Amino acid sequence: MMSDCYAIRTEDLRRVFRAKRREAKKQKREVVALDGVSFSVGSGELFGVLGPNGAGKTTTIKILATLLSPTAGRAWVAGIDVAKDPKRVRRHIGMVSGGETSGYGLLTIEENLWMFSQFYGLDTRVARARIKELLEVVGLADRSRTKIYHLSTGMRQKMNFVRGFLTEPEILFLDEPTLGLDVQTAHTLRGFVSNWLAEHRDRTILLTTHAMHEADELCGRVAIIDKGRILACDAPATLKRELQRDAIFRLRIADLADARGVVGTSPDVTQFTQTASEAGVDVDAILTHDGALTQLLASVEAAGGRLLSLEKREPTLEDVFLHIVGHGFEDEIREGGSA
Amino acid sequence: MSAPSQWTVFWRTVVGRAYPRIIGAQREKSWVFFEIFLPLLQVTAYVYIYRAIQAPPEFIGFVVLGGAMSAYWLNVLWSMATQLYWEKETGNLELYIVAPTSRMAILLGMAMGGLFATTLRAVAVITIGTVLFHVSMSVSSVPALVGVFLTTLVALYGMGMLLSSLFLLFGREAWHLSNLLQEPVSLVSGFYFPVRALGQVVAAAASILPITLGLDAMRQLLFPAMLGKFRFLSPGVELAILVGLAILFLFLSHRALAFFEKLARRDGRLSVRGQ
Ligand SMILES: Nc1ncnc2c1ncn2[C@@H]1O[C@H](COP(=O)(O)OP(=O)(O)O)[C@@H](O)[C@H]1O
Ligand SMILES: [Mg+2]
Repeated sequence: MMSDCYAIRTEDLRRVFRAKRREAKKQKREVVALDGVSFSVGSGELFGVLGPNGAGKTTTIKILATLLSPTAGRAWVAGIDVAKDPKRVRRHIGMVSGGETSGYGLLTIEENLWMFSQFYGLDTRVARARIKELLEVVGLADRSRTKIYHLSTGMRQKMNFVRGFLTEPEILFLDEPTLGLDVQTAHTLRGFVSNWLAEHRDRTILLTTHAMHEADELCGRVAIIDKGRILACDAPATLKRELQRDAIFRLRIADLADARGVVGTSPDVTQFTQTASEAGVDVDAILTHDGALTQLLASVEAAGGRLLSLEKREPTLEDVFLHIVGHGFEDEIREGGSA
Repeated sequence: MSAPSQWTVFWRTVVGRAYPRIIGAQREKSWVFFEIFLPLLQVTAYVYIYRAIQAPPEFIGFVVLGGAMSAYWLNVLWSMATQLYWEKETGNLELYIVAPTSRMAILLGMAMGGLFATTLRAVAVITIGTVLFHVSMSVSSVPALVGVFLTTLVALYGMGMLLSSLFLLFGREAWHLSNLLQEPVSLVSGFYFPVRALGQVVAAAASILPITLGLDAMRQLLFPAMLGKFRFLSPGVELAILVGLAILFLFLSHRALAFFEKLARRDGRLSVRGQ
C-alpha cells in the first residue's frame, strides 16, 4: 500500500464533535474540530503541527494515537489504518501530553515509570536501566525515589517525557509537551527531544505546539493548522522564504524628509514603505539582492541624508503565521483561554 | 530485540497494575483504619445485639466472618468500581488505552492488587474478631472452604470489574451510585446474619451478589449449626452458582469495556476535556 513508506499519513481527516447537552444551548450544536486534514510524515522526521488553541492539534493526535475515531477520512500510523486496527497501531506508538497528571501519587517516580513500562511488556531489568539513564538525561536522577504527589509541574513533565521515551516507540506523539513549563525546563526538554531523535534516527516524532519558536527550533517540517484546516506545510525555513524571499531592511535616516525619489525609484528595490520621523524618515525596503544596499546607502548620502541606523530583519514563523492565517495567536489564546 | 509476546505483556501488565495497589495500600495508613477498624466496629455492634437477645453462639462467628468479607466488598465498591472513572479523571485511562496491552489485564491487575491488600485486612478482622469474641469454628472440609472462598472472590472482583466499566459509562454519577449500593448490599448480602432470614425471594435476588452465596456456603463449612438450621442452599449448589457468576461477570466486564471503548472513541470521552 502507498501508506507503507510513511510513518504517519492522513487523508482528508474530519472530526465533528457534538457539543454536550449543557453547552448546546449556548453554542451551535456541532463543532468541526478537523475539516479535511491531509499530511504525511516520513520515517525519521520531527514533524510539527503548529496552531492556536482550538485549531485541532489534540484532536489530530488523538485520532492518530487511536484514542478517537475520525468522523471521516483515513489515517495510517506505521502503515496501519488507525480506525481498522487500533490494537496493532498501539505496538508502534507512544504519547506524552502537556499538563499530564498521570501516575499514582503514592508511588515514586521510579515506580510509576516501571509500572507504565510493564504495560509494554518491558523486561524489568531493561526498564530499570533505561529509567535510570533517562532520568539522568532530564536531570531528575536525584528525585527517582520521590513520591510523585510531591513533584512540581516541571518535574512531573520531565517524568512524563521519560515515560514516553522509555519504551523507545517507533512513532511518538507529543501534544504541546512544554505547555505551562518554565523557560528552563522547556529548554531542557526540547534539547532532550532533539538529542533523542539524533540518537534514534529511525524514529518519528509528531509534535504539536502553539509556540512558534518551538516549532521553528525543533521541527524539520511544520504544518500550520487553524480551525481544523492545514494552511501550509513545509520546512520552517522554506515557509519563511516563501513568505518573503528577501530580507527586510529598515533604514532610519535623518536630514531627509522624503526618501521616495532616492530609494523608492531604485530598480533594486522591490518593495518600499516610508514613515516620517522626528529626525527625518524611516524606510522599510525589500531589495532584490543584499549587494544593492551599498549603492542605496550611497544615494541616500548623496541626497543629503544621514544614516542613523540600519537593521536587517529576518521573517519569523510568526510573520508566516500572520500572513497565512490573517491573525496572530494572542487574541485567539485569550478567547479560548478558559476552555 | 524481539517484541514480547502478548502473554508476556498481559502478565507484566497485571503485575505492574497490581503493584501500586499493594505498595500504595501499605503507604496510606488511613486505609488500614477504614478497612479494619470500620468492619470491626460493625461486627462489635452486632455481637452485642446477638448477645443481648441470646442468639445461638454461632451467630457471633457468622458476624465475624461477615465482617471480614465486608472488607472485600468495600474494596470492590470503592477501589474497583469507581477506579476506571477516577483513572479517566487523572488521564491514566488514555495511557492505558494507548498501551499495547489488554484492558482486562489492567482490570485484573487492579483486582489482584486490591485482593492482596484486602486479604491482609480480612485476616486482621477475622483474627481480632475471633480472639476478642471467642469464636470457635470447625472446618468440615478445607478444600471445599478454600474453593468456595476463592470462587467467591473471583466472582466478586469480576463484578467489580464489570461495575468499573459500567461506572465509566455513568460518568459523574459513579460516586453516588457507590454510596447508594453500599448499605443495601451489606444488608441483603447477609453480612451480619444468615441471608435466609430475609426470606427465600430476597435471598434468591441477593444471590446475584457473589458475597451472598459465598458467605452462606462458607458459614456452612465453618459452623455445623448453620448447615443444619440457617442455610439458604447447599454448599455444592452455591459453589456451582458462584462459578457461573464468576464466568458471567468476567465475560460481561470484558464486553462492557470493549463497548465503552468503542463508544468513547466515537464520542471523544476517553479523557476529561479541558486541555
Ligand atoms: N471531546 C470534545 N467534545 C466537544 N468538542 C471538542 C472535544 N474535543 C475538542 N473539541 C473542540 O474541537 C476543537 C479542536 O480542539 P483541539 O483539537 O483540542 O484543539 P487544540 O489542541 O489545537 O487546542 C475545539 O473547538 C474544541 O473545543
Ligand atoms: Mg490541545
